[in-house]
Amino acid sequence: MADQEYKPSHSPDPTEPADPDAARPPATPGTGADRTSDAVETVYDASTGAAAEDRVAVASQFQLMWWRFRRHRLAMFGGIVILLFYSVVVFADFLAYASPQASEAERSLMPPQRVYLFDDGSFSPHVFGLDSRRNPQTFQREYFANPDDKIELSFFAEGFEYNLFGFIPTNRHLIGTKDREIGESVFLLGTDVQGRDMWSRLMYATRISLTIGLVAVIVSIALGVVMGGLSGFYGGWVDMVVQRMMELLYSIPTIPLWMGLAAAVPDHWSILRIYFAITVIIALIGWTELARVVRGRLLALREEDFVMAANLAGASQFRVIFVHLVPLVLSHIIAAVSLALPAMIVAETSLSFLGLGLRPPAVSWGVLLQGAQNIQAVALTPWLLLPAIPVIVVILAFSFLGDGLRDAADPYGM
Amino acid sequence: MSANQQITTPPGDTRVIGDTILEVNSLKKFFPIKKGFLRREVGQVRAVDDVTFRVRSGETLSLVGESGCGKTTTSRCILRAMKPSSGEMLFHQKDGRVIDLAKANRSQLRPVRREMQMIFQDPFSSLNPRMTLLDIIGEPLLVNGIGNRREREDRAAELLKLVGLRPEFLSRFPHAFSGGQRQRVGIARALALNPRLIVADEPVSALDVSVQAQILNLLMRLQNEFGLTYLFVAHDLSVVKHISDRVAVMYVGQLVEFAETDALFHHPKHPYTSSLMAAIPAPDPRKRGIRARLKGEVANPAAPPSGCYFHPRCPHAKDICKQESPIFEEVEPGHFVRCHRARELKLTGVPELDNSGAVSASDS
Amino acid sequence: MSTEEAPLLSVKDLQTHFFTDEGLVRAVDGVTFDIHRGKTLGVVGESGCGKSVTARSLMRIIDRPGKIVGGSIMLRKPRNDGSNQIDEIEIGELTDDGREIRSIRGESIGLVFQEPMTSFSPVHTIGNQIIEAIQLHRPLDDRAARNRATELLTMVGVSRPEERLDELPFQMSGGLRQRAMIAMALACEPDLLIADEPTTALDVTTQSQILELLQDLQEENGMAVMLITHNLGVIAEMADDVVVMYLGQVAEKGTVDEIFYAPKHPYTKALLQSIPNIYQPSRVELPTISGSIPHPYNRPAGCPFHPRCPEFMPGTCDVHVPETLVSPTGQHVRCFLYTEGAVRIDREEATAGKDASQ
Repeated sequence: MADQEYKPSHSPDPTEPADPDAARPPATPGTGADRTSDAVETVYDASTGAAAEDRVAVASQFQLMWWRFRRHRLAMFGGIVILLFYSVVVFADFLAYASPQASEAERSLMPPQRVYLFDDGSFSPHVFGLDSRRNPQTFQREYFANPDDKIELSFFAEGFEYNLFGFIPTNRHLIGTKDREIGESVFLLGTDVQGRDMWSRLMYATRISLTIGLVAVIVSIALGVVMGGLSGFYGGWVDMVVQRMMELLYSIPTIPLWMGLAAAVPDHWSILRIYFAITVIIALIGWTELARVVRGRLLALREEDFVMAANLAGASQFRVIFVHLVPLVLSHIIAAVSLALPAMIVAETSLSFLGLGLRPPAVSWGVLLQGAQNIQAVALTPWLLLPAIPVIVVILAFSFLGDGLRDAADPYGM
Repeated sequence: MSANQQITTPPGDTRVIGDTILEVNSLKKFFPIKKGFLRREVGQVRAVDDVTFRVRSGETLSLVGESGCGKTTTSRCILRAMKPSSGEMLFHQKDGRVIDLAKANRSQLRPVRREMQMIFQDPFSSLNPRMTLLDIIGEPLLVNGIGNRREREDRAAELLKLVGLRPEFLSRFPHAFSGGQRQRVGIARALALNPRLIVADEPVSALDVSVQAQILNLLMRLQNEFGLTYLFVAHDLSVVKHISDRVAVMYVGQLVEFAETDALFHHPKHPYTSSLMAAIPAPDPRKRGIRARLKGEVANPAAPPSGCYFHPRCPHAKDICKQESPIFEEVEPGHFVRCHRARELKLTGVPELDNSGAVSASDS
Repeated sequence: MSTEEAPLLSVKDLQTHFFTDEGLVRAVDGVTFDIHRGKTLGVVGESGCGKSVTARSLMRIIDRPGKIVGGSIMLRKPRNDGSNQIDEIEIGELTDDGREIRSIRGESIGLVFQEPMTSFSPVHTIGNQIIEAIQLHRPLDDRAARNRATELLTMVGVSRPEERLDELPFQMSGGLRQRAMIAMALACEPDLLIADEPTTALDVTTQSQILELLQDLQEENGMAVMLITHNLGVIAEMADDVVVMYLGQVAEKGTVDEIFYAPKHPYTKALLQSIPNIYQPSRVELPTISGSIPHPYNRPAGCPFHPRCPEFMPGTCDVHVPETLVSPTGQHVRCFLYTEGAVRIDREEATAGKDASQ
């Protein structure tokens, strides 16, 4: 061979040695399954069995999803916020310090108290008691902090009795006062017209609002998966019927439908029954989106070769559906749920705000916001609008989370 | 650094070509064309239109043709992933019984499925991303109630070794593997039940060219080792020439030529076969040149032309070709052609024993 | 068409990297080649070799997070005013989506994709899309543009072009769509046609028609063609010069005769031998390239081909990056086998070490 004739070319050749970084094992295998891109194909050769690769290789789809999800900062943040909110759901009694129904006309519309953490340089959280006085001109009750009436706060204090997790009787609360009845002296977020403590009510409202969405979503998942599953797996006339049904539900304007259904809920029902009725109403309208997702995925998956391979191996219909198809749809359902939940929460809030959903004495975000329906409230007692903040925060957090989940759930996406 | 060092000798071809394993007689598969709101049937796509051939045990029989010619539909009918419109497909089972796959129901098909497996084209779609290799390869064993967990694991490890993967990979998921490696997994799954007939649907066309040869070699090795019968469906004539004993060429749902590989490639008797071969660009810049290129497009299987389906594109068409549809007949022993002029035409195929190609000259 | 003339397009040390969340992918990592007027440059390679990214870099249509990070793309464009002046345009330095690069796309460089279905908008007729492409670069009224579109379809061998103009992409067969795609790319008589796997989605008989069409068009108007494919048969049939790419680098470059009859790089050799071909006897075990293409995030150190190379030299190929070597006939190869023995390798080592410390 003419080996000797070869000379280095004069073109500016990149003779730099390979970047050691380039040879490191992949951080995640996310793009490995990309089937279209010319540039991406996963290869883990038998010869290169680095530990990190092995970890990736034996990672289940859910682990891969988790790794991909973890890199989505906003989604992680959203997830943490939502976890915090749901811990409020679980520990609402513990976080509240007053009974949400304890009202007292004397304490009507008190503004939030300022919390002082230090007293004379030493840590001693306290608030000052509020004295009230009627304004002789406006006849409004006005409140003043009394600097002599120092109310010391303590943590894990005793308060009203409740059952932790529904079955552990206890009377411990996050905060309490040393020597005073806390329900009558501490109002962190002020009070409403009837003198009920907003902070405590907000805790209970969070519990109701967030669970109503959850229950509604569970009902819609059940409906959506069954209907979408039937539609997607069997196709043909079943698909036809389900599709037309979904279109019918879609075509009905939502607000009048809600209003009609909510109005049909009898007045004399207990809070619990109304709660469930509202849930079901929301779910009945909400399932179509999930059914659409499930159907679409199933229609696509049914054509995948591994389904045919399972059939050819002699697998039963049951096995094909539950071992092959359902787990693959699951991740998409999770993502769809995280996007459906905020819609449900907003639905409940709006219904209750309009007076069509939950009604007092039940407490939910919507019910709380009812108290701030007029312009007077906005002008004079702005703290009544505080329940809007958790609504906004939760919806945003769910959107971030849903985005991240959706990206992570798509096994072939970047 | 002689490049010739890499060329290996042909493998010891120890196969025994035996009796018929599958007889396909007048197989037809028509798809209805539905139109309008009431989905009224307005016509039919004759995807497979009267196909007859026999597969002998131990051989590789290839179905070739361009897209839409019905080769894939034929293979899906044989596997009964689709129900044929008419015709029979007689499968000779291991125990000597003969079953007509076309008429068998689900429970009758179950035992036959063990003897008949498939290798897929797309190595990504063919493996469930949620399952480990053990679950994937062990599935045929599991659903057929073969062995306990331990035994299935051993068998799966053994199968992995057989296809050239490490048994340690059993706990891994498909995403950890390249296209070629996944295709090996698919092959291992197809072998799990010790099938006799394997339908391979374009098993290398989705792979990188440098990996195709690995898979073709593997398929041939496994065939030698286990006496497998392959029904190979492909569009790439080079791959088909490489692996087949006999080749069936399809055009618009019909077989147009069927012969031993060498006879078909060196002495084609149907003008379509000949034009197909002429259309393949040779991997040799010194063999460039104007070839007789086929004009026009493949006929529409919903409205095929009169007479011979190929006549509008055929350089040798005569009046009879436009009027009468030719029959599929044996013009030479073992060489079937559907052409009015099969006996008179002298068609060019691939030159015989041509070793002056670029490949062998690469060391000059 | 003498090759003495300055090349139409000179690509030097082109580097296009993708900055993904998972890490840096050097999709194109130092690619150098020239394209001459009236000639066809074949670019061969498998998935992940960077051949498509190279083509997209030339037109500056790289998807995010990809970026040209180095090298030059010099286009020599004749002036339209009839003088013999040639403008030298550095494509790599043009602003993203600026007026200049947009005028180069279509007017100087036309592009044909693998799947014409996705390159056409499904809701507009073929005619409207070709007419739009024409009017983007030529001041023609609708009637004149339509006439030009008819002319183009006739040129690419579409029968009944007047009727076809009013068809939607899905109403056409794959071959016809590909012809229409070529017609659109040729709308403004580009100096260079980039065809990225133009026949991969087509059947062999259609493929041969399209290849013949490309040859005829090139003969007629003397444009340069950059033909990207993994099919060595197509390369042998069409190309004048060939670039063999592997993992973003040019492994070997030469005339088509050199590549097929005197390949130097072990990858080229192995590729040529491992591909089944109808001129070989059947049922012979093929020589294979072991292993598979590495993951782009997991690029081997040294020569990227070394883990699969039959001529692998431990201590050299896995440590150092080979330099491109040029033979007197102009054949380029990037492989340590052709350096002048051990002494040469030592020097290589020295420079590589120095570079590493920088």
